[in-house]
Amino acid sequence: MNPQADPRFVVSPSPHVHSGVTVRRIMLDVVIAMLPALAVALWFFGWNALRLVSACVVGCVAVEWLCRRGMRRDIGVTDLSAVVTGMLLAFNLPPTLPTWMAVVGCAVAVGLGKQVFGGIGYNPFNPALVGRVALTISFPVAMTRWTPWRVPSPLSIEAVTTATPLGAVKTALSSGEPMPYAFDGRTLLDFFLGNQNGCLGEVSAAALLLGAAYLLARGWISWHIPVTYVGTVALLAAAVRATDPAHSIPVAAHLVTGGLMLGALYMATDMVTSPMTKRGHLVFGAGCGVLTFVIRQWGGYPEGVSFSILLMNACTPLINRYTRPRVFGHGGRSPARKTTA
Amino acid sequence: MTFYRELIKGLWRENPIFRLVLGMCPTLAVTTSVENSLGMGMATLFVLVCSNLVVSLLRNLIPAKVRIPCFIVVIATFVTIVDLFMNAFAHALHGSLGLFIPLIVVNCVILGRAEAFASKHALWLSLADGIGMGLGFTLGLAALGACRELLGAGSLTVWGDIKWALEGYEPFLLAILAPGGFIALGCLLGVMNHVQSRLAARSGRHVTPPQHLDCRHCVMCRFGK
Repeated sequence: MNPQADPRFVVSPSPHVHSGVTVRRIMLDVVIAMLPALAVALWFFGWNALRLVSACVVGCVAVEWLCRRGMRRDIGVTDLSAVVTGMLLAFNLPPTLPTWMAVVGCAVAVGLGKQVFGGIGYNPFNPALVGRVALTISFPVAMTRWTPWRVPSPLSIEAVTTATPLGAVKTALSSGEPMPYAFDGRTLLDFFLGNQNGCLGEVSAAALLLGAAYLLARGWISWHIPVTYVGTVALLAAAVRATDPAHSIPVAAHLVTGGLMLGALYMATDMVTSPMTKRGHLVFGAGCGVLTFVIRQWGGYPEGVSFSILLMNACTPLINRYTRPRVFGHGGRSPARKTTA
Repeated sequence: MTFYRELIKGLWRENPIFRLVLGMCPTLAVTTSVENSLGMGMATLFVLVCSNLVVSLLRNLIPAKVRIPCFIVVIATFVTIVDLFMNAFAHALHGSLGLFIPLIVVNCVILGRAEAFASKHALWLSLADGIGMGLGFTLGLAALGACRELLGAGSLTVWGDIKWALEGYEPFLLAILAPGGFIALGCLLGVMNHVQSRLAARSGRHVTPPQHLDCRHCVMCRFGK
C-alpha cells in the first residue's frame, strides 16, 4: 500500500519532535530576570525610570512592528524580543535623558541593529547596545548628564552623587586630584546594593546577579561568558593594582561599578550575537574583559562595556570558525596511528 | 541616440556610487556636507571628462602592457590642475577636502572608465560617458551629503552663504561621523535596490540586484544557503 496514505507514516522535514521551547518563552524569562534590576531602578530613580523604561519598550515594539510591516514579513512582535531590547536599552540610559532621545535610540536599536539584517536571529550586533552606542556618540552631553540626586538608601545612608563612580575616578585621575572614594568595605557594599549614580539598570550588581541566577537555573545562559568576562577584568585589575596602586582602583570596585555586571550577565550572553560553542564562549568572554579593562584604565571614556561587547560581537563569526568542534569520526588521532607510534 | 544613452546611463542605471559601487573612499570621507560633496563631485567630473577625452584620443598609441601607468599619468595631470586651481580660487573648500583632492588620482571611477570605456570607444562617446558618469557621481555624493548634513548638523549648505538651517534642532552627530557614512550609504543602497525592484515588478520584468550587494553572496553568515 502507499506509505503516504497511511497515517502512521507521516512524511515531513525535520525537526520531528519539538521540545516546546519557544523564543517567546525564553524572552519572557529574560524579562522576569530583569525585574529585580527594574525594581531597584524604580526605587532609586523613581518617575524617570518608569518614563524611560515604558518609552523604550513601547518604542522598540512600535519600530519592530513598523519595520516588519514595511518589509511585508510576518509581524512577530509577540515573541517579546522587542520588549527585551527595549528594557535593556532603557537599562543603559542615564535617568535624565529626554524621552525623544530614548525613542531615537529605539529606532536605531531595532531598525538598524536588528531589522535591516532580517530580524531576530540574523543580527550580528546586540541591538540594545547598538542603540546605546549610537546615542552615546550622537548626544554626548545628554548621555553623560548625571544630575545631583539624593538617594534613599536601604542602609539609611544619605548620599549625594554627581557623577558615576567610574566617571569621578577618571576625572580625579586625569586632573591629579585625590580619589573621590575611599573604597572601603562600606562604600563597596553600598555600590553593590545599588546606591550609586549610573545608568538605570546597571547600579545594583546584587539585583542583576539575582536575575542572572534565574536565567542560569533555567539554562538560557551558561556560566562561561560571565565568569571569563568578569574574571579577566578582575585579573587585569589585580595586576595593575599591584604595580600601580596610585592610578588604579581596587578589584572589587571594578566589579561593582559601571555596566560590567549588566553587560557580562545580560548582553554578552545574548544567544544570537555570542559564539556557538563553549570554547568560543571562553574566548569571547576573555576578549570582552580585556577590552573593557583597557578602555576603563587607559581609554578616553570612563566605561567601556558597551564598546567591548560590540567589538567582540564583530569577532563572533571568526571565533565560531576557529572553535568549530571536531566532527565525530573525522580528524583527531586515529587509534591505528597510536599503536604504531 | 547612442550618445544620449551613454550620457544618461551614469545617472541611474550604472550610477558609479549606487550601482557600480566604485570610488567609495571619497564617498565615505567627504560627504559630511553638501558643499564638500559638490566640490568633490565637480573636481571628479572635470578630471573624468578630461581623462576620458585624452585616453580616448591616445587609445591606439598606448601599448596594452603599460596602459595602467599611462592612464595614471594622464589622470594625475588633470588632478594636479584641479588641485592648484582649487587652492587658488576655492581655498576654503580646498582646505576642507584636504588630502582627498590628490587622492582623486586613484579614484576607481576614473581609472575604471578609462580602462572599461574610453580606451575602447571613440572621442564622442567617451565624452558622453565622462559627463554622465561624473554627473552621476556628483549627484550621488550630493544625495549622501544632504542626508548626512541634514541629520547630523540640521542644515544644508549649498555654497558658502547659501545655507538653510533648522532652528532648535539637536544634531544627531553619528550621521556626520565616520560610521554615519557607512550607515547612510547602506541605507541609500537599500532604498535604490528597493525602488529598482519595485519599478521592475511594475513593468513585469524580473530583476536581480548586483551580486556583490546581495545577501546570497556574503560569506559571513551563509544565510542564503
